[in-house]
Amino acid sequence: MSILVKNITKTFKNLTAVNNISFDVKEGELFGLIGPDGAGKTTIFRILTTLLFADKGEAIVADYDVVKDYKSIRNNVGYMPGKFSLYQDLTVEENLAFFATIFGTTIEKNYDLIKDIYIQIEPFKTRRAGKLSGGMKQKLALCCALIHKPKVLFLDEPTTGVDPVSRKEFWEMLKRLQKKGITILVSTPYMDEAALCDRIALIQDGKILEIDTPQEIVKHYPKKIYDVKTDNMYKLIECLNTYEHHYSVYPFGEFVHYTDKREDFNPKDLQLFLEEMGAVNITIQPTETTIEDTFMELAK
Amino acid sequence: MKRFIGFIKKEFYHIFRDRRSLFILFGMPIAQIMLFGFAITNEINNVDIAILDHSKDITSQEIINKIASSKYFSIKQLIKNEAEIEAVFKKGKVKAVLIFEKDFSKNLTKENNATIQIITDATDPNTANTISNYTNSILQKYQQEINKNIKTPYQIVPKTRMVYNPELKSVFMFVPGVMTIILMLVSAMMTSISITREKELGTMEILLVSPIKPFQVIVGKVIPYVFLSIINAIVIVLLSIFIFKMPIQGSLFLLGVESVLFIITALALGILISTISATQQTAMMISLMGLMLPTILLSGFIFPIASMPLPLQVISNIIPAKWFVIILKGIMLKGVGLTFIWKETLILVVMTLFFIALSIKKYKIRLE
Repeated sequence: MSILVKNITKTFKNLTAVNNISFDVKEGELFGLIGPDGAGKTTIFRILTTLLFADKGEAIVADYDVVKDYKSIRNNVGYMPGKFSLYQDLTVEENLAFFATIFGTTIEKNYDLIKDIYIQIEPFKTRRAGKLSGGMKQKLALCCALIHKPKVLFLDEPTTGVDPVSRKEFWEMLKRLQKKGITILVSTPYMDEAALCDRIALIQDGKILEIDTPQEIVKHYPKKIYDVKTDNMYKLIECLNTYEHHYSVYPFGEFVHYTDKREDFNPKDLQLFLEEMGAVNITIQPTETTIEDTFMELAK
Repeated sequence: MKRFIGFIKKEFYHIFRDRRSLFILFGMPIAQIMLFGFAITNEINNVDIAILDHSKDITSQEIINKIASSKYFSIKQLIKNEAEIEAVFKKGKVKAVLIFEKDFSKNLTKENNATIQIITDATDPNTANTISNYTNSILQKYQQEINKNIKTPYQIVPKTRMVYNPELKSVFMFVPGVMTIILMLVSAMMTSISITREKELGTMEILLVSPIKPFQVIVGKVIPYVFLSIINAIVIVLLSIFIFKMPIQGSLFLLGVESVLFIITALALGILISTISATQQTAMMISLMGLMLPTILLSGFIFPIASMPLPLQVISNIIPAKWFVIILKGIMLKGVGLTFIWKETLILVVMTLFFIALSIKKYKIRLE
């Protein structure tokens, strides 16, 4: 077991940031903490990286206790905080070299681990970190967190504020790192990224709603979801909310995700209802459940 | 050790890439020394003086004419007796009084020797000094003229007396003062800002979650500034020696050791400030208000401590700068050795150890 969290609670003044949370991450697993801003993700990271004490509960990272053996943990984990935290006035290469020295290693020694990522920012190695684009900053930060070959990698919202292309690349990199045997705990507010993890924990208001593989989590969704679309989206949502049998109505991209209360729901009934309400170009089709749907359902 | 050196290297990158701070760091001591040095100007122009001529003969008249025709002096008043001297000084009408002795001419020709007394108001010590120098040179020139064709030369003996501040106490006072301020500012403010910057930018978070020890982080932060402060101290001493011709009376070695001690005191204070402030702005405000003001006002550099109200005199004892100013004055101006300033040195050492202990206790190895 790489990370073991048992009944951790953390309170700041009157706010309970983390409320009796337990989960575990297996060795070599890519585990995601999924939840909106303020769910308590960063606090969990800080407790696990020995930066904060938990009020209650215990946690073990890479076989070390986060309170007693904090020094050993600091030797064996890589941490990338949510805010870009490298030296803006140092160049890409200097940043990397600095962190390598701090961890008692050199760039050359662990080059194979960061090669795939570093190659992309190498053309800019003499540029100051403050002048990099968001995506490149994240890649550099990841390199710096990896340079000492950590057993466990903590990534706190690594893709926030990064463009979609870089985000995709970033996750591909994580997958490759995972193959090299590094356990990764990553947090993100983006539900679409959740599907890329081995297992995820859905978090809200400091509580874990559910822990499972992304595939299983969507299976837990109790209803069949339908994509509904008409000419007037705004009016459609309004109409569906007045429909007596509706269970949930959420806008989802160009469609509205609709579920019905009845077990034997027939889409044709809805079609008739919408036609009666004067909607035109009605499309109703069954669709796959996403993690976002599950999250919305659990967070109700 | 490699870790530590890597950290110090990084600190130097920070310092040298921040051009503006670097400019302040090295420009400030030079600017301050120059300002203080030249504000107490060495040039005099049309200084008002008074003359008390007891002999009223040809020679005294000639000398008075010479003085009156120089651009440096203008004769404001001719006074008749000694009693008036005090009065003209007190009214602030004149800066100096020249007194010709009785039978000036006769003494000069018969005994080859006559005396002029120059009394200057030394409340402004620099001007007083300059006035006496200028008068002397006028007298000397006159002497050369009259001695051209004479075998046994006549001698005019100027006797200078400074009133109100006979020891010219504050002439070089600004050097110890400025040195204290600069070392305090560079060491304390710069370190506290540089440590809080890591907190503010979030890099402290990464440093904490790394094998580097907090102790190494702090010492690594401090060492570059020790170097810079020492360079600053050397620049200040060199400037005062070569530009302001200030003689350093005591041992340069002792001066160096004491300066390093004070630099460490200031750095310890800087670290302490950084442990209690979360942002660079707070660190700067605390440094300025908590360190600079007391250093300037209560160290005895500008305002003599003896003339402060009692409560302030008591408070001044906890200002490290006060002790350092005493030490500097002792070494630079009086030329004393350690036997005379061991007490002040000991106080600084104790203060330093206290600040270091306190900041180690306050330094957080976690975020809260």
